[in-house]
Amino acid sequence: MSALPDKPAALEVKDVRRSFGPVEVLHGVDLALHSGEVHALIGENGAGKSTIMKIMAGYLTPTSGEVLLNGKPVTFASSEEAENKGVILIHQEFNLAEQLTVEENIFLGRELKRGFFLDKKAMRAEAARLLNELETRVSPDARVSDISVSDKQMVEIAKALSRNARVLIMDEPTAVLTTREAEVLFRQIERLKAKGTAILYTSHKLDEVARIADRITVFRDGSRVVVANTGEMTEDQMAQAMVGRELSNLFPPKVIPANAETVLSVKDFSVGSIVTNASFDLKRGEILGFAGLVGAGRTELMEGLIGVRQSAGQVEINGNPVSISTVSDARRAGVVYLTEDRKGRGLLLRKSMRENLTLLALNRFGRLAIDSKGEDKALGKAISEFDIRAPNRAVLVGNLSGGNQQKLLLAKTMLAEPEIVIIDEPTRGIDIGTKQQIYNFIQNLAASGKSIIMISSEMAEVIGLSHRVVVMRSGRVTGVLSGDEINEDLIVRHAMGLEGKVAA
Amino acid sequence: MTVDSATSTAPRQGFRIDFHIWGPVVALLALIALGAFLNSNFLSYGNVTNVLARSAFIGIIAVGMTFVITSGGLDLSVGSMAAFIAGVMIMIMNGLVPSMGVGWGVILVGMLVAIVVGFAAGLVNGLLITQARIEAFIVTLGTMGIFRSLITWLANGGTLSLDYGVREVYRPVYYDGLLGVAWPIIVFAAVAILGEIIMRKTPFGRHCAAIGSNEQVALYSAVHVNRVRLMTYILLGILVGIATIMYVPRLGSASSSTGVLWELEAIAAVIIGGTVLKGGFGRVWGTVVGVLILSLIGNILNLANLVSPYLNGAIQGVIIILAVVLQRQKKMER
Repeated sequence: MSALPDKPAALEVKDVRRSFGPVEVLHGVDLALHSGEVHALIGENGAGKSTIMKIMAGYLTPTSGEVLLNGKPVTFASSEEAENKGVILIHQEFNLAEQLTVEENIFLGRELKRGFFLDKKAMRAEAARLLNELETRVSPDARVSDISVSDKQMVEIAKALSRNARVLIMDEPTAVLTTREAEVLFRQIERLKAKGTAILYTSHKLDEVARIADRITVFRDGSRVVVANTGEMTEDQMAQAMVGRELSNLFPPKVIPANAETVLSVKDFSVGSIVTNASFDLKRGEILGFAGLVGAGRTELMEGLIGVRQSAGQVEINGNPVSISTVSDARRAGVVYLTEDRKGRGLLLRKSMRENLTLLALNRFGRLAIDSKGEDKALGKAISEFDIRAPNRAVLVGNLSGGNQQKLLLAKTMLAEPEIVIIDEPTRGIDIGTKQQIYNFIQNLAASGKSIIMISSEMAEVIGLSHRVVVMRSGRVTGVLSGDEINEDLIVRHAMGLEGKVAA
Repeated sequence: MTVDSATSTAPRQGFRIDFHIWGPVVALLALIALGAFLNSNFLSYGNVTNVLARSAFIGIIAVGMTFVITSGGLDLSVGSMAAFIAGVMIMIMNGLVPSMGVGWGVILVGMLVAIVVGFAAGLVNGLLITQARIEAFIVTLGTMGIFRSLITWLANGGTLSLDYGVREVYRPVYYDGLLGVAWPIIVFAAVAILGEIIMRKTPFGRHCAAIGSNEQVALYSAVHVNRVRLMTYILLGILVGIATIMYVPRLGSASSSTGVLWELEAIAAVIIGGTVLKGGFGRVWGTVVGVLILSLIGNILNLANLVSPYLNGAIQGVIIILAVVLQRQKKMER
């Protein structure tokens, strides 16, 4: 398409390897970014995408192999050096000083000066120009802590633009954006492309990749498995290249309970201004998937349900109306919630496994004094039941791998002996082997008569596991799908608001 | 609890890790050895009783402070709170003498008042922090000024003195004891032992550590975050009341200079003892060791002629900073 084969790549890595300690995570990969080209890098979590991006932007050095800037070998001693040479990485977690204004952030570290003093006027004008170019309404004087996530993304991009980025590397820029915000971002990407910027970006949204990328590189397990022009690959082929096997094998066969009674019934449930009049039912032994774009209000709905957020509406459990205003109310009603934010809300990273395991159900281990022998026993049981792999029992939870943390979080939640389990993004940031274990586990839970609500942004997961699927868009339930309706096309149409509201 | 986990994560560093855990104890033993070496009177019954009884006030408060800090809070108001409680207690006891006469009745009422006022003061701090969602530092900085100003106002800028008759009856609470152990020491020991058990063995202690580690995780794990927080401040308020009960018979008076800097001594003792200032991990026995270290430094300087006793504060300062440096090393090893 727009690649110019005779000109050297704007930024290129050749046969790059990288090890962390004894573990090699990149096994000699090549990747070339050309001016005026949008290059998508896709792959599963842990495939090495972040590592290669960090190497290209000077945050990491390769263990071997070379980095070429405009055809000449370079070594970036730091990310600062890379930025000075026009290579800029926008992190998934933003690098913004929350208490400073937008303008101060854009010029942080390279403030414009007049003599000894800051040239406020020039900085403000330049910041306003950049933001205007990006079509955002955010004011240069706004404090970053007060602006929305998507505006923060725009500030990051403005910051990159102000540094005259010739190579822009973006780590999952659309993960936090709404569809409309993503459209603005895509227009900006087009514009930067037209100006000759080389762009590398990663995304898990394959439809988006197919739309805006010119070339696609697929990573799997630290190696490059495919590089192709966009038109040459279907989304299915991309997914298969990423996973390296048929997706369907990942999921256990569905066992849909027949004529099960309704255990949870939610009617006209609203959470602040985020969720409006959501209604759905959950049956015993059912896995009810919740699909929708990030920001559709799925997490907020569940957080309202368990009493972490203020909510209004009717909730019935086993036919009896319940009122839940704290997590312990929810627990008493037999409802538990596994957060998507394992590290921020799920586990105490600086505590041992034992203290984490029993925190939710601590009253099962004695009201007055804690029965630590009982706790140890419970931990032993959890380790074998959930196949938690830890070097020893005293290890701090922060030192466990994501998969083992997730298993511990599952064990912690199940210790509360719930009837209804809400799992938010069950496999985020987890390798494929553990994913399969967790899928089997969810399936077994349902088969044993527990009722499961599963929020997931991974389409394959929703389709592969759910007995029925609730689709949400902008805080409303837009459809409830079952049987053959559970397919990518229909889910996406509902999530995008293309289908009319289906009666629940 | 977590102490063990810290050791076993990095067994290679055996000796140094042990020092992190036992560091305060080693320092305390070294101080005792130094004191005994410098002055033969150091280990005498009189001196030991004196040091321990004087540490009891700060010690009782510091035990409560351990819970507050472990759950991620802070209370700067305890020194002024003690002065305020002492003032109110003395005024009420003096006021009751005409009607109740001089005797234990008046003193028991005074003690009750101390605990009730301590409870109320802790409740105010706790509610402002948990319900009005103001930072603990700000709230207690404010109440610190308020309590200090109230006692100055109550004493009209001077000193509130306890009725001489009552003072004679009350005196033994500080100066006498049971089987040769002074009452303040007994109360301090009881508070410390109870505190240690609560911190280690009860859901309340576990919840404090969880909240201090990560409030969000605690919230999502069905911990009543606000209730537990509030309880730590109330517990501390009650303990300040108990400390004041032991303190009033010592001098029999209260003034605007009563309890000055107690808050910083209590916080310092907690930190020296290995509790993490940011919260998430606390140990009461460490706090007790911290209190003893701080008071022994003063005592040794007074007994020996090596260094001027005026440098007491400087040496305490060095010890506090050293303790935090050791804590940080522990973090980096992880």
